[in-house]
Amino acid sequence: MSNGRYGDFGGQYVPETLMNEIHKLEEAYEHFSKDPDFIAELDKLNREYANRPSLLYYAEKMTRDLGGAKIYFKREDLNHTGSHKINNVLGQCLLAKKMGKTRIIAETGAGQHGVAAATAAALMDLECEIFMGKEDTIRQALNVYRMELLGAKVHPVTTGTMTLKDAVNEAMRDWSSRVDDTLYVLGSVMGPHPFPMMVRDFQSVISREAREQILELEGKLPTAVMACVGGGSNAMGMFYNFINDKDVRLIGCEAAGRGVHTGETAATIATGSVGVFHGMKSLFCQNEYGQIAPVYSISAGLDYPGIGPEHAYLHSIGRAEYVPVTDDEAVNAFEYIARTEGIICAVESAHAVAHLMKIAPTMKKDDIIICCLSGRGDKDVAAIARYRGIDLHE
Amino acid sequence: MNRIENAFKKGKAFVGFLTAGDPTFDSSFENIMAAIKAGADMIEIGIPFSDPIAEGVVIQGADLRALQAGMTTDRAFELAAKVRKETDIPLVFMTYLNPVFKYGYDRFFARCKEIGVDGLICPDMPFEEKGEADEIAKKYGISIISMIAPTSEARIKSIAESADGFLYIVSSMGVTGVRSEINTDLAAIMESVKKYKKVPAAIGFGVSTPEQAEKMAALSDGVIVGSAIVRIVEKYGEKAAPEIYNFVKSMTDAVHKI
Repeated sequence: MSNGRYGDFGGQYVPETLMNEIHKLEEAYEHFSKDPDFIAELDKLNREYANRPSLLYYAEKMTRDLGGAKIYFKREDLNHTGSHKINNVLGQCLLAKKMGKTRIIAETGAGQHGVAAATAAALMDLECEIFMGKEDTIRQALNVYRMELLGAKVHPVTTGTMTLKDAVNEAMRDWSSRVDDTLYVLGSVMGPHPFPMMVRDFQSVISREAREQILELEGKLPTAVMACVGGGSNAMGMFYNFINDKDVRLIGCEAAGRGVHTGETAATIATGSVGVFHGMKSLFCQNEYGQIAPVYSISAGLDYPGIGPEHAYLHSIGRAEYVPVTDDEAVNAFEYIARTEGIICAVESAHAVAHLMKIAPTMKKDDIIICCLSGRGDKDVAAIARYRGIDLHE
Repeated sequence: MNRIENAFKKGKAFVGFLTAGDPTFDSSFENIMAAIKAGADMIEIGIPFSDPIAEGVVIQGADLRALQAGMTTDRAFELAAKVRKETDIPLVFMTYLNPVFKYGYDRFFARCKEIGVDGLICPDMPFEEKGEADEIAKKYGISIISMIAPTSEARIKSIAESADGFLYIVSSMGVTGVRSEINTDLAAIMESVKKYKKVPAAIGFGVSTPEQAEKMAALSDGVIVGSAIVRIVEKYGEKAAPEIYNFVKSMTDAVHKI
């Protein structure tokens, strides 16, 4: 990887107004990511504030019930703020402080990144404004209030499809008007370089820990690691330290919505094509003229028409596999893991669980799967109830 | 035959922007012709994009109206061809990189040449990333227009030295849109630009009154006006042409008298 490229993917396709700032960010990250004080400070925050290392939990009942591979969950849902998003925001907000910024902005879909960003901003005395599609502010009203409790200002975005991609558009517009005091804390492994690299680095703590933990527990590497993929940050985090372990399968689970052939889907690898958008060359759901397609998933966090460039690359060279998972399958998995293991996971993570349920029974008893539970599912309970026809509102 | 160069030869140039197909194919043609009759020296034709991240609400609205009315890249080429039959002034497309990339660079620039579109402005294709498109654009004699922003600082030299067609000087931070005041120290930026530039430089973003236009033109080689024109389309819909003529006339009068 050089110059922010992963093969042909990646790059820095942003307006000239932002180019200088992006270069400054690149330099700052280059410097601080090697600075022992910065590393120590972030490590301390991870341990003492975010509750790291996260557990690697052996799901004995599911293993028995599915009757195949041994199943482990990497419990990012137990992190402070309830998802893997805290790993990234602590890193980026600390970097913002070091760069002398006083304000951060962020986009959010489900609200998990928004809540995490607002949390880190509160902790580090940064002004915080969150852009969230109006549709999502309705789907995730509780998270909006949560962000406000944490002192953030939430802007409902009313342009376009009023979801995650529009929130990114609006955050980029805001950033281009105010770079001096502001860092755009991007929530996924997407956008212009250095974001895909930086977010992946901050999230790679997931696989760094998981690799050590599984070697300690099992004395060998897993057969497969898996995670859900929207932009792809928890998946990159889960994959990264296993990329060089050629025998470990890397499996990303995309949100197929109502199915990849219905048009109501967010499965980028399954239905997208190469394009340039949101600062990066990658794969996008788009029409023949390059207009970005409206996407759909029950999960607001996976409701994004693109995928991070490193995923596009891993897909192109065949190193990682990507599979679509429908709403229906995800909701079934959401209920299954709750009943079987007593874990209410995020509907995003349930996409990975759903695919796990398909492949585990086909594997041998000495195979091991690690599945990333990227977040907890309290936020999704009402939506799942509605999906089942129960009129429950937050 | 360089039409862009010619546009700046007579004096200060006025560049007007209109979105193709806003709100219909025919009305956008009439609006472009009205701007040309009112003395515009160059027309930027916007190919609408679903997610125009460098645009303010006015041009976002135009993109949405045009896309809803069925405007496509192919239809935008038809529109440009129709305009080209009526005028010799330079026409440049303004859009985002994805529609161009998806159309195929070779196919896109070949059609530009065939029809007589002289250049392309892509706000999300900065200097460092223009290589792959530029190579093909050059083959067809199409200029990829480079932008310089208030934050460009040390980048001004490399951008200005390698610029093709004309330089688009972004007057302000943020997105396109009407601004009551432009606070950037444009004189300082222009001074730096003039040291290195080999092509004319025009200022855009936020210019909406004849007074502002006159001021900007005095500093540079021309003025680019988008949102203030599109706002008229937003207000008058399919009957905007006479209003656009009046507005553009007031702007070209201000710019050409310098």
